[in-house]
Amino acid sequence: MHQIVILGGGTGGTLTANRLRRVYGWDEARITVVDQDDAHVYQPGLLFVPFGLTHPEDIVRPRGRQLRPGIEYRTTGVDHVATERHEVVLGDGATLPYDVLVVATGSVLAPEETEGLTGPGWMERVFTFYTPEGAAGLEAALAGFDHGRLVVNVVEMPIKCPVAPLEFCFLADWFLRQRGVRDAVELTYVTPLDGAFTKPVAAARLGGMLAERGIELVTEFNTGEVDGAAGRLVSYDEREIAFDLAVVIPAHNGAPCIGRSPGLGDALGFVPTDQHTLQSTVAPEVFAVGDAASLPISKAGSVTHFEGEVLVENVQRYLAGKPLDASYDGHANCFIETGFHKAMLIDFNYEVEPLPGHFPAEVGLPLMKESHLNHLGKLMFQWVYWHSLLPGRDIPGIHSAMPTAGKKQPVDA
Amino acid sequence: MPVDTIAGTPVDVNEEGFLTDPSQWNDDIAVELARREGIDPMTERHWEVVRFMRAEYEAKGTGPTVRVLGKTSGVSVKELYLLFPKGPAKLAAKIAGIPKPRGCI
Repeated sequence: MHQIVILGGGTGGTLTANRLRRVYGWDEARITVVDQDDAHVYQPGLLFVPFGLTHPEDIVRPRGRQLRPGIEYRTTGVDHVATERHEVVLGDGATLPYDVLVVATGSVLAPEETEGLTGPGWMERVFTFYTPEGAAGLEAALAGFDHGRLVVNVVEMPIKCPVAPLEFCFLADWFLRQRGVRDAVELTYVTPLDGAFTKPVAAARLGGMLAERGIELVTEFNTGEVDGAAGRLVSYDEREIAFDLAVVIPAHNGAPCIGRSPGLGDALGFVPTDQHTLQSTVAPEVFAVGDAASLPISKAGSVTHFEGEVLVENVQRYLAGKPLDASYDGHANCFIETGFHKAMLIDFNYEVEPLPGHFPAEVGLPLMKESHLNHLGKLMFQWVYWHSLLPGRDIPGIHSAMPTAGKKQPVDA
Repeated sequence: MPVDTIAGTPVDVNEEGFLTDPSQWNDDIAVELARREGIDPMTERHWEVVRFMRAEYEAKGTGPTVRVLGKTSGVSVKELYLLFPKGPAKLAAKIAGIPKPRGCI
């Protein structure tokens, strides 16, 4: 009987466990999922909490309940992975041997790595919406915010969902207009990138959308210090940006247990992984999925979902001694909430940047264009997440490989 | 693809001036690229970072980002900004003759 251990009961771990449970009979594989707590957060929902559009209790469910019968779920910390012995050492010293290990431990915020970020003003005038507590604290602060300078700052890439900070700006603009105080607020987006986004066509479109809304864009700003007492961001090259309220997306690392596992993670604690097979380059029986993997693609739920199909196929092939399927193409797909009950959709992969057109085919949701339909799509996605994506059911018309049918290809100059 | 003559050697570069073939690089090219970016002279500390970048590129196929450099090169992020103002990872990669770090997606 195969022993499959999955570290992490979030998006990647849950959908991988459920898909594997369906392909292996109970007498063929023992599947164990380990996580340190039993709170599965629907992370895309965090964006809406600061604006009172949802509440933390509405986006959190027990992890164990998202797993199919026949999957063993253990709520315990992981001390480290002993890759050479093929076993996981748990927080209490017990060990879990594995034939295949799937690392789905996500990423963790590292606000302490930025000088001053967790110092005076933290959770008072400096917040992040990337945690339920931070998002709830920010909701209270925004409710009373009617004039001054609101600064949204990405400290360092990579971050989870690179479009979320832009969505926050668009929603803040909408929120402040609804309350009639937009004219009294200066809204500024501060990024270490050289544009609003990494991919050129989308960066130009998103940069234009910031400008249309009167949101100032500051680029190539590498935050060295957050001075909450004086209300200023200071870059490493000594530029300063004043704020009354700061929304900061801290640097991200891999999970601490990866850092404690000799040879498993890179300098930031992410697992070096083959970008097409999802097998780690550390050991053949170790695979990684989602944010935990060090891949040149966004850390996002859609990426994790599309990786899942290829990963599950490759776990089976590995256990059967067959060559792996190198078909993951870096497919990512993001709804970008733009305020006023509209959203924009982008779809891209390792090779192809986001293009205009329709998704998934010529008749479908508009790409790179704000529409009410996309907003409804984004809202509906929460249901799809709990009832289709996590259980590992295929979503009709949506596949791992990026579709090209409805896209307008750029004409080469 | 554009060709640039740097320190007497013709090399292939991209539109941002990054070498597209790291094997065409040599020390004289590094000194000239640094001078063009306003770094003159290249101190031993600059060389340490540039050599580290090249070694990382050879081992991993991509240059490190500034945070990874700060954690692994033995040069703090603060000092990196003093040595290579504005964008240490980008600038040091350019001088080291390797592609722009792709860490930011």
